[in-house]
Amino acid sequence: MKKSGGILLFVLVLAIVGPWLSPHEYQSTNFDAILNSPSFAGMHLFGTDDLGRDLFVRTMLGIRVTLLIAIVASLVSLLIGVTYGAVAGYVGGRVDAVMMRFVDTLYALPFIFFVILLMVAFERNFLLIFVAIGAINWLDMARIVRGQTISLRERDFVDAARLSGVSTANIIFRHIAPNLLGIVVVYVTLTIPQAILVESFLSFLGLGIQEPQTSLGSLVDGGVNQMEGASWMLLVPAALLALILMCFNFLGDALRDFFDARQAP
Amino acid sequence: MLRYTLLRLLGAIPTLLLVVVLAFLMVHAAPGGPFDEERVLPPEVAAKIEAAYHLDEPLLQQLGRYMSGLLRGDLGPSFRYRDHTVAELIGIGFPLSLRIGLLAIVLALLVGISSGTVAALRQGSMLDRVIMSFAMTGISIPVFVVAPVLVLLLAVKLQWLPAGWSGETGAAKYILPVITLALPQIAYIARLSRASMIDVLGQDFIRTARAQGLGTKAIIRVHALKPAMLPVLSYMGPAIAAILTGSVVVEEVFGIPGLGQYFVRGALNRDYTLVLGIVIFYATLIIALNLIVDILYGVIDPRVGNQ
Repeated sequence: MKKSGGILLFVLVLAIVGPWLSPHEYQSTNFDAILNSPSFAGMHLFGTDDLGRDLFVRTMLGIRVTLLIAIVASLVSLLIGVTYGAVAGYVGGRVDAVMMRFVDTLYALPFIFFVILLMVAFERNFLLIFVAIGAINWLDMARIVRGQTISLRERDFVDAARLSGVSTANIIFRHIAPNLLGIVVVYVTLTIPQAILVESFLSFLGLGIQEPQTSLGSLVDGGVNQMEGASWMLLVPAALLALILMCFNFLGDALRDFFDARQAP
Repeated sequence: MLRYTLLRLLGAIPTLLLVVVLAFLMVHAAPGGPFDEERVLPPEVAAKIEAAYHLDEPLLQQLGRYMSGLLRGDLGPSFRYRDHTVAELIGIGFPLSLRIGLLAIVLALLVGISSGTVAALRQGSMLDRVIMSFAMTGISIPVFVVAPVLVLLLAVKLQWLPAGWSGETGAAKYILPVITLALPQIAYIARLSRASMIDVLGQDFIRTARAQGLGTKAIIRVHALKPAMLPVLSYMGPAIAAILTGSVVVEEVFGIPGLGQYFVRGALNRDYTLVLGIVIFYATLIIALNLIVDILYGVIDPRVGNQ
């Protein structure tokens, strides 16, 4: 757990600080340095791509974009999931039954295809990617929050709040939601890698981030096109993406075991 | 049992309706029409085209027309492949995707269950730890990273296997796509079957069987395997969805002319009807397979059907 967290922190700091330390810009092309392999000579630590752009800076930018999208998307899913789950769990009864039945229905949908549909139908922009990815990942969160809320609902402090005339909305958001924090943190950690996966999947297919911006997924995509002559273009972003995903998964697993031993597999 | 099956069947109908309406509205809420291209068409030509594709009707009427077409298996014409209907394109692409997907599922089940069971029997050993680390790695690394790296290693550098699809004959071209598609599922199924096998092996009826002098192999085969495989069975729905998603990537990387490739091409070319048709087709497929898994579950585990 410490190791995964440490690696993630290191990658994050590198992604933020790295581009400042390099003499290159992420979008500037240099046709004298096309497909250079990694070397210290031109300060191209990760080599250059088919337009002569420095891959170190582009990879760092890609990490930033990927992590940013993943974190914001996870926050979107957190907002939807916690609200939905807490309302269903607290109100209970028929409302709860209908709301959870709706979640079950959504579980059966191949969401990724709907996201692609959304990308096709509308102009691609950052905001839409955030919302789309967040909107597909809230189901687990809603279920878990609902379960937790049902057990919190019966507790004395909720009764006390109700007796002193606090409104339902206020009970949910001021009294119940803060007590969900532990479990929510765990599931956000597990939602982030899923969001990263969706974002890089879209970018890999050419439906995500647009040039000259980049993300780890579109860097891998670019690497695939050049892999026979310039394997570094594929291997470096692929390895970083795998590393980040593994760290998040390990971290999330460890946190889950720590916070809530009952639900651990 | 029959009641249970009927209830599940009825439950699938609103899901299907939701899929169709949601997908249809999403496409039609798009700003700009499907024929907005760089060259501006004269208004009378544009009006003709719109009338030909019924785009000038009110939205609800279009939805009704589309749904009644759906019931007859008609998904409308493709906007880009002008001389094909969407149904024809699915008919061309899907058999190939199906073959690769089925092979991947079978491979994932065979390797996943056996390695999970072996790990469960030797819980805590070196072998167990090796299998489980592989599984964790397999879950974490996405298909679109595994696919090109395997191609680079096995096809480009070592030249053991063909890298592409077209122009290749024989079964060798199937090996890399199927393995790539199966890998994450192998990892997931191995983890699942290990956990549930450990759970089952700790139960009383296994102890009884052991006390009666039954060997480990017989215990696994006769008593433990069936209850231990229930979680794997219920994972089949998500697994199939994941394989469909993965096939989009695998077909793109290996250049396989399957349905996934039509889908990506359609998405990039803004071929609305094709993308809409494939989404509805995929969704129906996933819902149907989930239904079959649910019913099978009821058959295998009698506790479920009686609830």
